[in-house]
Amino acid sequence: MYALVDANSFYASCEQVFRPELRDQPVVVLSNNDGCIVARSRAAKALKIPDLQPYFKIKPLLAKHQVHVFSSNYELYADLSSRVVAVLEEFAPQLEVYSIDESFLCFDGLSVDWRAYGLQIKQRLWRDVRMPVCVGMGQTKTLAKLANHIAKKSAKLEGVCILHAGDDWDAVFKKLAVETIWGVGRRLAKRLNRLHLYSVYDLKMANSKHIRRQFGVTLERTVVELNGERCVNIDTQPNHKKQIYSTRSFGQKIQQLSDLQQAISQYASIAAVKLRKQNSVVKTIVVFIQTSRFIDDAYSNTITIALTHATNDTRTIIAAAKQGIARLYRPGLAYAKAGIGLIELSDASSVQLSLFNRYQSTKSLKLMAVVDKLNCQQKQVFFASSGINPFWRMRRQMKSPSYTTNIEEIPVIKIS
Amino acid sequence: MKVTILEASKNSQTIDIPLYSSSVQAGFPSPADDYIEAKIDLNRHVIKRPAATFFARANGSSMMQIGILDGDLMVVDRSVKPEQGAVVIALIDGEMTCKIFDKHRKRLLSANDQFPPIAIADETELFIEGVVTHSLRYHYVRIS
Repeated sequence: MYALVDANSFYASCEQVFRPELRDQPVVVLSNNDGCIVARSRAAKALKIPDLQPYFKIKPLLAKHQVHVFSSNYELYADLSSRVVAVLEEFAPQLEVYSIDESFLCFDGLSVDWRAYGLQIKQRLWRDVRMPVCVGMGQTKTLAKLANHIAKKSAKLEGVCILHAGDDWDAVFKKLAVETIWGVGRRLAKRLNRLHLYSVYDLKMANSKHIRRQFGVTLERTVVELNGERCVNIDTQPNHKKQIYSTRSFGQKIQQLSDLQQAISQYASIAAVKLRKQNSVVKTIVVFIQTSRFIDDAYSNTITIALTHATNDTRTIIAAAKQGIARLYRPGLAYAKAGIGLIELSDASSVQLSLFNRYQSTKSLKLMAVVDKLNCQQKQVFFASSGINPFWRMRRQMKSPSYTTNIEEIPVIKIS
Repeated sequence: MKVTILEASKNSQTIDIPLYSSSVQAGFPSPADDYIEAKIDLNRHVIKRPAATFFARANGSSMMQIGILDGDLMVVDRSVKPEQGAVVIALIDGEMTCKIFDKHRKRLLSANDQFPPIAIADETELFIEGVVTHSLRYHYVRIS
């Protein structure tokens, strides 16, 4: 049996963990730079606050309903996500973290009352983390994901839906649109509709060989999985990223090259830390900048930089990024966004030595290890080229405290 | 008061485990080698269930008589079952406060005579956010 455990309105629920008085209140969370609404609490959904709308557009509506608005607090969300995973690990021998708010659990070898077990998982996550979740279970990952969807939609299931092997769910499947299935996006759904495949039931009953010919092997697997036969296995290895990107929109538009270089240096540092964390080195880097897309002389450009040797030294990556951005820079424009991508990665332990060039010295490796360790202890060593407290940093004006990751911001409890 | 000095824990998630480090080929092995144990990690002793534990800062004087003073750091474990007499973080009108749980008489008590007990109607204990398992105070005072 597989389960998918998915947090309800995860970011909004995180904001309610240390603010119990908000648990039944309308709460929304905004994306980077307070751009769009990305999460809505149940009460906010009940007020029909629209999802993914620009904040400035619906500000009056939010004010009218006295909705509590938060900037994204990734420190808090990441910590609470890891707590959810830690609790889930006690319930299953195998677990795959699928995203910040979803995990697949594999119960091979376990035989229990699945509904009772699902309810127990849900109750434990509420007790230990104050995180509301839905639990879906089925014979395959596709069915577990579908069960989770049903659990979210049907109030009488109390957040737990089990698609047992023998049960007949066809009546329910006939009512669910085909795009509720994991991996079936809107475009694919349109193509399926043209073949008169409208519901989950329709796709389940489709001829899998036929589907393979028209749509490829991935959708064939989906059909097979809908019928209870496993094709997609659980992935317990935290997947090493094949590319690492660090890109942001600026809080304020940037015009000066020196400010752009500061920003790109910081993004390069962030990407380099991720690179070292997964024990990789980079050979090829892309750097890009863009102005606002909505102005007349909109400009955006990308440059690819091949390094002479694969490295994970922040200094080399910063130097390349700064050179790249200088090449892209056109004076007189107001830039809205920049980013760096580390696109050709390899394993640090299997680096080939370059014949004519220096390779990364042991000294540099040691220095990077020290920098990472100090930053881990919150001592904050950074490279001067990233700038100290720069003006272009992300706007997060309504950010809640980092309750669990910063000792200065832990919850204060009034005891008078 | 008898004071035992313990080696302070480093502020880290990992536990340092010393290795048997003396090499055999050069001279005598250290006679202390057989007695080396892992360093004491305060996290391990204070935090039984990390996923369910959070820190909070006390602000006020109503828990004075059981030794929680203004500014103290409290360790709160959500997974501990609140029994009679437990120091708990409870919700009063949705707000978190620290009280003693008088389960038998269905009351929340302060540890300060100036604050009267509060009756609780809720049978389900859902108003309890967690149990305060430890509290921590900074004692070093610099005289200027």
